[in-house]
Amino acid sequence: MDIPELHPRLESVLHEGWQGFRGEVWKRQIAVREFIRANHRPHFGDASFLQGPSARTRRLWEAVAGLLRQERERGGVLAVSTETGSGITSHAPGYIRREDEVIVGLQTDAPLKRAIFPKGGLRMVEQSLAEYGFAPVPETIRTIFEHYRKSHNEGVFDVYDPEILACRRSGVITGLPDAYGRGRIIGDYRRVALYGVDALIAERRSLKGDTDGAEFTESVMREREEIAEQVKALEELKIMALAYGFDISKPAANAREAVQWLYFAYLGAAKEANGAATGIGRITAFLDIYIERDLRAGLISEAEAQELVDQLIIKCRIIRYLRTRDFDALYSGDPTWVTLSLAGMGTEGRPLVSKTCFRVLQSLYNLGLSPEPNLTILWSTSLPEGFKRFAAQVAIDTSAVQFENDDVMRPQEVGGVPLGDDYAIACCVSAMRVGRQMQFFGARANLAKALLYAINGGVDELTGVRVMPGLTPIKGDVLDYDEVMTRFGQVQDWLAGVYVRALNAIHYMHDRYAPERLMMALHDRDVLRTMAMGIAGLSIAADSLSAIRHARVKPVRNAAGVAVDFEIEGDYPAYGNNDDAADRIAVELTEGFMARLRRHRFYRNAVPTQSVLTITSNVVYGKKTGATPCGRPAGQPFSPGANPTNGRDRNGWIAAGFSVAKIPYAAAQDGISWTASSTPGSLGKTPEERIVNLARCIDGFCNARGFHINVNVLDRDTLLTAMEHPEAYPQLTIRVSGYAVNFIRLTREQQLDVITRTFHASC
Amino acid sequence: MPVADPEGARTGYVHSYETGGAVDGPGVRFVLFMNGCQMRCQYCHNPDTWKEKAGRLQTVAQTAADIGKYAPFLQAAGGLTISGGEPLLQAGFVGALARRVKDEHGLHVALDTNGAFAGRLPDRWFDPVDLVLLDLKHIDPARHQALTATPLAPVLESAQRLARMGMPLWIRYVLVPGWTDDEAHVERMADFVARLPTVERVEVLPFHNMAAYKWEAMAGSRYALADTPSPTLEAEARVRACFAARGLETA
Repeated sequence: MDIPELHPRLESVLHEGWQGFRGEVWKRQIAVREFIRANHRPHFGDASFLQGPSARTRRLWEAVAGLLRQERERGGVLAVSTETGSGITSHAPGYIRREDEVIVGLQTDAPLKRAIFPKGGLRMVEQSLAEYGFAPVPETIRTIFEHYRKSHNEGVFDVYDPEILACRRSGVITGLPDAYGRGRIIGDYRRVALYGVDALIAERRSLKGDTDGAEFTESVMREREEIAEQVKALEELKIMALAYGFDISKPAANAREAVQWLYFAYLGAAKEANGAATGIGRITAFLDIYIERDLRAGLISEAEAQELVDQLIIKCRIIRYLRTRDFDALYSGDPTWVTLSLAGMGTEGRPLVSKTCFRVLQSLYNLGLSPEPNLTILWSTSLPEGFKRFAAQVAIDTSAVQFENDDVMRPQEVGGVPLGDDYAIACCVSAMRVGRQMQFFGARANLAKALLYAINGGVDELTGVRVMPGLTPIKGDVLDYDEVMTRFGQVQDWLAGVYVRALNAIHYMHDRYAPERLMMALHDRDVLRTMAMGIAGLSIAADSLSAIRHARVKPVRNAAGVAVDFEIEGDYPAYGNNDDAADRIAVELTEGFMARLRRHRFYRNAVPTQSVLTITSNVVYGKKTGATPCGRPAGQPFSPGANPTNGRDRNGWIAAGFSVAKIPYAAAQDGISWTASSTPGSLGKTPEERIVNLARCIDGFCNARGFHINVNVLDRDTLLTAMEHPEAYPQLTIRVSGYAVNFIRLTREQQLDVITRTFHASC
Repeated sequence: MPVADPEGARTGYVHSYETGGAVDGPGVRFVLFMNGCQMRCQYCHNPDTWKEKAGRLQTVAQTAADIGKYAPFLQAAGGLTISGGEPLLQAGFVGALARRVKDEHGLHVALDTNGAFAGRLPDRWFDPVDLVLLDLKHIDPARHQALTATPLAPVLESAQRLARMGMPLWIRYVLVPGWTDDEAHVERMADFVARLPTVERVEVLPFHNMAAYKWEAMAGSRYALADTPSPTLEAEARVRACFAARGLETA
């Protein structure tokens, strides 16, 4: 077991907080998973024990709902704390309705008031403030960042080379976290509750002591500095909590403290890091142990247990970051990806389903719908029936949960280590072992555009600008498959190199100028890092290649000789119909690009992975990509993630899902996203049938080794009405490629994209 | 109309298939739409399946292989529903396919039929069929003729024969305002259905005119129901109650 030995001082922290807890390993080492293993009690029953919201919760949510309305009316941002750069202790305590808050803590001194993060880059802060109509930052802050302190953004652009800039401009690589925080790091916030901050500081100091007297190489010095900063962050966390009246230096002593300590840890991390996706991790089995202990001791009732969960969820719903409009176009609806992973199986065959998994899902009924936290159900065909049914019911009723295949992830080795049973999802589909693994988030490369570069000799089809050097365009009236494939291989070789260079630069500078001290303080020292790259336009590229192979595709060239349109004679098999003739192309593209990425060297020896995920950027990618050989007109949105192209999947959603399931997780270890939409009536005739049918469908998809399924169960009419009367649908939630959004906060373009997308007539 | 070679046809005309259907039999199903139908129902929502030869000619083996890709899924989730068109117009192909799918994968097989030709098939033809979704259009012979352009008697005889064979039945009744919602007729239909001992449920399907675009695309046919509204929820409830009053389970 690779659990680091703890400083002996931890053993003396045998606190009353641990009374009644079993197990020994976790008392000697920081090993939350071992604590869960020793103390978790699975819930095999149904949802009948659940309780409604407490009066306090109801009042609190009412207050938040009012603020959310004001936020929308104000154009998306309610208020900004422009005076102070965000940090763990930067702001005075804030409350929503203090008398009703069972769990406290806000990012700034008021709810929904956003902080600024100038360490990432002053330019983005100023741009966001201007775009949302707020006063610019005070002169002092500007002076600091103009004259004394370099930002992440500046660092990145200092090292970018011309090819990176060209790719970024043309959109063949889009969404790079060089102008926003990278996110997708999950601190093990449970550690704060289980051990208290003092023990964690002691552990860090002990780790730093390991290199006392060692040769001070660059990596040793980096590690020592990072640990020193992590200790400071932990000290700050204690101060932040003290300001709210809590001493979190010692372990949490009861359920309420456990929730509060854990949330403080998360909040501190969210105040320090401007991460695009700031997941809270896999916390239900952990918290359930505390809740069950208090329930057994008669200290709390089920209603109070639910209240704790509901109030934590309220806090997760109001996490906010100030973003630019550009960011919103890519990732629409103001998402924060407070991803909360639940369920899954233990490696020894016990379900990690607890009553608290149910309580978390129940919050969607108690508080109404919400896109955040991003509730992610780690699905296994072995999960207890009672939970499967409740999860399916919640999916049908709310369209606010997603399912990811625990049976595929658990055994998957990443960097030589299986993900096991204590991983969590960051953002949408990115699995990482909690506290042991983190990722360098890397957006995505546009494979459809890359294919056009292969045809056009590296010249961008929209601008006519040469992006890739040294390639000549394909001549001839009809595209030849082998010739296209050869060129396409060359383009991908080149693109992979540019892409890796950009990401190495970004993460080197991010570590340097905007480090996530607290998140990393809640990780093991020897953390596994992945470089999480991604591809967009998979279905478009696959269909285009299928068309070139099986039909006759004639490029229509403009005066400059650039193919700006394509004429297709004949039919071709399209990805998404469970037809290997097309699906294999998608599989080979995914594997091929991954193999190309693996040839490179990665910053901090990160293990390269990739995702097939677009989030809502499928719209922007489509806009920035010319007509493609599959028959897609210029500018038309891509399908999201690994979805088949809209309308080309003709055999129903199981066939589509089976096609998607062929994309091997081994070649896309950062996740493969599939979004399926259905109307309630087509899932079955009665509510009971719908629940059973959906649960069976998810089982079937997972058996076929499908990775991820976003389920929307909605009527098209509801969405159309919501577009016209947003005020009547303030909480309408819909799943989009790995996360959920408040439908009315999508851009109109994206709303239309969602509506046009195949609403599968059945199931 | 003849039912050619009920035992052995190796090829059939297939319109399309849909995976994931959850409203054509129990669970989640592979729904195979066969081409060809002898009825010309005024309210048909798949008129594009009427002409047999308009379909894609496929072998039993090809079709079974398509279905087989989903066998483990369908075993757990539901099964196969053979629909149409009228699948019994190609009884040779359909029978061979049903047998093969049953033998190879053990799938639950449902047959969605108007019933008119069921009487001409030998009992053993139905061995691989687990459930018949029987579409009863109208109980009055003249109205049935007007609505479907075919006689009623063979349909009712088939229904009784299937029931005698012990075949589980789901009766499907499309509720069309002005055509099939007359109270007296519904009562008579319910009386008839209640006397079929193997009926497991009655599905009252509200008419919708969403197929108008399919009718428009077909030369030489007129969609008489283009302006017919969907039935009201009250009307639906009333018709369901009529079946339920006879102890029938409705959906």
